[in-house]
Amino acid sequence: MTFSINPWIDLQQMLQYQFMQHAFEAGTIVAIVAGIVGYFVVLRRSSFAAHALSHIGFSGAAAAVLIGVSPVYGLLLFTSVGGLGIAALGRRAAQRDVQIGTVLAFMLGLGVLFISLYTGYATEAYSILFGEILGISLSDVLLTLVAGVIILVLVAAVYRPLLFASLDEDVAEAKGMPVLFLGIIFMLLVAVATSFAVQVVGVLLIFSLMVTPAATAQQLAKKPRQVIIISVVIALIATWLGLFIAFYEPYPVSFFITTIVFALYLAIRFIYPKIKTLKL
Amino acid sequence: MSAKYEIITSTNLVAGYPDNIVWRDANFTINRGEFVAVIGPNGAGKTTLFRLLLGLQQPVTGTIKIFNEAPKRGNPQIGYVPQRHIFDGETNIESVELVRLGYSGKQWGLGLFTQKDRQAAFDAMKAVGATDLAHRSLGVLSGGELQRIFLAEALVSNPAVLLLDEPLSNLDMRRERELLQLIHKVVQARNVTALLIAHNINPLLPYLDKVVYIANGKVATGTPQEVLTSECLSELFGVHVEVLRDSRGNIAIVGIEDCHGCQPE
Repeated sequence: MTFSINPWIDLQQMLQYQFMQHAFEAGTIVAIVAGIVGYFVVLRRSSFAAHALSHIGFSGAAAAVLIGVSPVYGLLLFTSVGGLGIAALGRRAAQRDVQIGTVLAFMLGLGVLFISLYTGYATEAYSILFGEILGISLSDVLLTLVAGVIILVLVAAVYRPLLFASLDEDVAEAKGMPVLFLGIIFMLLVAVATSFAVQVVGVLLIFSLMVTPAATAQQLAKKPRQVIIISVVIALIATWLGLFIAFYEPYPVSFFITTIVFALYLAIRFIYPKIKTLKL
Repeated sequence: MSAKYEIITSTNLVAGYPDNIVWRDANFTINRGEFVAVIGPNGAGKTTLFRLLLGLQQPVTGTIKIFNEAPKRGNPQIGYVPQRHIFDGETNIESVELVRLGYSGKQWGLGLFTQKDRQAAFDAMKAVGATDLAHRSLGVLSGGELQRIFLAEALVSNPAVLLLDEPLSNLDMRRERELLQLIHKVVQARNVTALLIAHNINPLLPYLDKVVYIANGKVATGTPQEVLTSECLSELFGVHVEVLRDSRGNIAIVGIEDCHGCQPE
């Protein structure tokens, strides 16, 4: 199959396949959630911690596969425990790259062990590492929806205090805000968002949905709410377009998503400032 | 002048931790509307005093009271500007958003339908002459501009007490003078009590009502005339020091090696 002239007809055509439907549904939820949570990741300079969480999740996913349950449960358990651990160390500790890196390397090693113990498909490891959105089941879509709604409600509830504690922790603390508690909430949000984003792009490419869209959006706007909206739009464009192209091309969806995100990042980082100065 | 109204009182106050006392036997009173400098060598425990007032730390023994009560965390009557570094260039957020959080950052929920915090933020920025900075990104502001934003963030909730931790560090002499004049103006206009931690007392001298001098594990308090004397500081430091004055009224303290906060300009 190839593209037609009318992308709308193409879309209708591909949505007749259930696996494409599920992929679009799960991808949409993940893009919205990752775009939002990613803003706080960028604001708090916690991208390495987010990266580490997804790697910790790898061993969880591998362990889940080994005992025969859906990888997402292993991801949720391991990333949540890892997130609590990093948050409990406090914000300054969360920026300790060496300690976090040491733990993440060990967890990856553990994941390799679990994968080698698992005698089933070798593709299982590949899909955890690089994502397998086209094989997502209806029950995983529903689980993603439930998790997505919970994350959105939680972000809405803690939005202003979390923004305050992320931007100006000392003053927030002096004002009586529970900064440690907010840090824990934040890491749990990242843990859950990461666990589901892994379905789309895998643990190794998590940056493309959790960090790059928000970092790109930050170049375009200065009000937090606007940045979050742009970040979500970028994540959505990349996910939808990636799925669309991957339907016709024999290459992985996550390759297309990361490439689109990267292209947008480059364009906005280097070309946009030039256009802006021309206008002024 | 109206009758003196005590805002902060300290009685036999010992600060620090049971196994690591920072300073002891502090007895002082700060009244409403006073402009107070907190000075002393590095590591003498100046910020410790702020942490006690903010309820972030408890006295080892003795009492400290603010508004006639033991300090508790999250007192809305205190505006706090911590000692901090500038935001890095990547922090692309409008400065008015930070000031806004000083007003509504404690509230849960999105707050989509209220513009009250925005209005309050603009009012506070107007009070510190920073309306032109409202839409500029925090990451590109200079040290002096940021201090004005931080001051607006502290003032936005209309506090009765301002705690300013080294607002003058990293400013050149002209900016230092401008910021001090601004702080003094705001403090007077709003009848706010201000405590300001500084390294160098000389630029502050024209404005000060009181000095809290922390050194050598002890605290001396009083008017600048009372505290900045050879007798008082010799007793505080435990060695003989001399306070010298130049023709412009600037002081220099000689006789101690670590003489922060007292170099002549």
